[in-house]
Amino acid sequence: MTSTPIVQIRHLFKSYRRGGQVVPVLHDLSFDIAEGEYLALMGPSGSGKSTLLNLIAGIDKPDSGELRIGGEEISRLSESELADWRATNIGFVFQFYNLMPVLSAFENVELPLLLTGLSRRDRRERVQLALEMVSLVDRMAHYPSELSGGQQQRVAIARAIITDPLLIVADEPTGDLDRVSAAEILGLLERLNRELGKTIVMVTHDQRASERANVIKHLDKGELVESGTDAVAV
Amino acid sequence: MPSPCDFERPQAAGTFRGLWETSMYFLKLILRNALRHKLRTGLTMLGIFVAIVAFGLLRTVVESWFAGAENASSTRLITRNAISLVFPLPITYAERIRRVDGVGRVSHANWFGGVYVSERNFFPQFAVEAGTYFPLYPEYRIAPENMKAFLLDRKGCVVGRKLALQHGFKVGDVVPLRGTIFPGTWEFVVRAIYDGADAKTDTSQFFFHWDYLNETLKKTIPRRANTVGVYIVGIDQPSRAASVSSAIDQMFRNSLAETLTETEKAFQLGFVAMTEAIVAAIQVVSFLVIFIIMAVMANTMAMTARERLSEYATMKALGFGPVRLMALIFGESLAIAFAGAAAGIAATFPVADWFAAKMGTLFPVFGVSRDTVIMQLAAALLVGTVAALFPGLRAARLRIVDGLRNIG
Repeated sequence: MTSTPIVQIRHLFKSYRRGGQVVPVLHDLSFDIAEGEYLALMGPSGSGKSTLLNLIAGIDKPDSGELRIGGEEISRLSESELADWRATNIGFVFQFYNLMPVLSAFENVELPLLLTGLSRRDRRERVQLALEMVSLVDRMAHYPSELSGGQQQRVAIARAIITDPLLIVADEPTGDLDRVSAAEILGLLERLNRELGKTIVMVTHDQRASERANVIKHLDKGELVESGTDAVAV
Repeated sequence: MPSPCDFERPQAAGTFRGLWETSMYFLKLILRNALRHKLRTGLTMLGIFVAIVAFGLLRTVVESWFAGAENASSTRLITRNAISLVFPLPITYAERIRRVDGVGRVSHANWFGGVYVSERNFFPQFAVEAGTYFPLYPEYRIAPENMKAFLLDRKGCVVGRKLALQHGFKVGDVVPLRGTIFPGTWEFVVRAIYDGADAKTDTSQFFFHWDYLNETLKKTIPRRANTVGVYIVGIDQPSRAASVSSAIDQMFRNSLAETLTETEKAFQLGFVAMTEAIVAAIQVVSFLVIFIIMAVMANTMAMTARERLSEYATMKALGFGPVRLMALIFGESLAIAFAGAAAGIAATFPVADWFAAKMGTLFPVFGVSRDTVIMQLAAALLVGTVAALFPGLRAARLRIVDGLRNIG
């Protein structure tokens, strides 16, 4: 693991309006995420961890503060610039997989590549490799409804890495899985981090999942309350 | 562990080939999305199919209503009694009209209004001055030998091809008509069957000799003899229609039977004007049909988009912009609309044929025109576009975080 920060967060504030009232969610957050880090964000419901993940992933904007990822101040980007930036720099892993039900595993993984100038042949080559990594080559023609939850999440991981993003963000990636499948997914994320040096930011409630990360940060009421570095992997 | 990271990082770029391949991928996605709920899509397409057929049929009815006027010649004028068409004109007017500058040929005709077997078998019958009438209507094509036979037979008649086919009339058949305006039973022998110069020519008419009618009237109702319903006036140049009409009407001003002369088109439109309310109602209904299916389709698309909010949010998160999402929704909506419309347009032709056969000679010219097909396609485009508008805008404006919360 290197210590170069890939994510720099400075005095980040975020609040929501609910029924005319301003509800603060994140309050003056400042921290870095180093390149190659596997960070687990933990905290009780409403602590702001998913909001923080959304901000880092560029799918929401802060009220104020600096949010620099890969050297780019993303809070200043327009919606269309952010969309392009996400396509290149962020890989998403969602709790409920969020695969397109009408597309096969292969086509789901291929989807982000449509925003690139890659030829069909190059896309096929990449998708096959990504599916090999998640051990689903034999299921590439299957539709999400024909796959188990664990397999669907593996397809989602293949989709997340297909564009070789700077950062993989995972929101409760094991939240909808049984223990065995969850362990598989966590193992896969760990391998991505350890063997490929991928930077991963994961939101989780699951203590077992967080133990796979090498950094754990706890949020409570929008503030960092505790940091654990280089947590012991199970 | 080999990974996609081993490859060069892909850059967003737009080669023509890449654009084509992406478009094909999107087309596949659109079609699969459209077929995701087969029953819903099928029922929506069925609705569009029925609406497009109904729209096409109603438009064809409206067009047929105007067909007589549309096909009218610009070199023919019609002179009738200025009070009303039901009042006749003296036969003596023919010579005086013929002498008007700019007039070529003059003929005359009487509406006969007979009944063939039963009132349901309505078709137009005219007593005409055969020698002058048919040269004024070159669009009626009659074989010379049949025309000769007709001219030689006082009780002969000429029937149109459509009418002949409808009632099975053949040359040599005797056709009895029960007079309603001119009492008695009249028998005619079919001597010729005329064809139209083109598909728009009315071939549902029945012509016989005015002389036969007139001679009979002299014996039975002498006061109605030597009168005609209308004069058909052939003019040299269409541009002189107004001056010739005016000259004819001026000539008979202050006479016992003043005349009203107008172009054949204006004359035909006069009949259409009598039924204007019906035509307007049919037109309104034809557009209402489209409006209703537009509402149904909009509801379908809104339901579809609502169910897919999390998918749209996911695509947005992956970097797909609002334009691409709108293209997906519009594409799906248009695909459903055009699939239903294509089937509807194809079915309009046989349905129109069936309708025309059922209506008999009520619509002498009844065919689905190119304009109707274009209007059907335009209706499908409108339905598909309007139906996709609200869901498309909703998807485009969707906040990713809101959409991702919407797991369905």
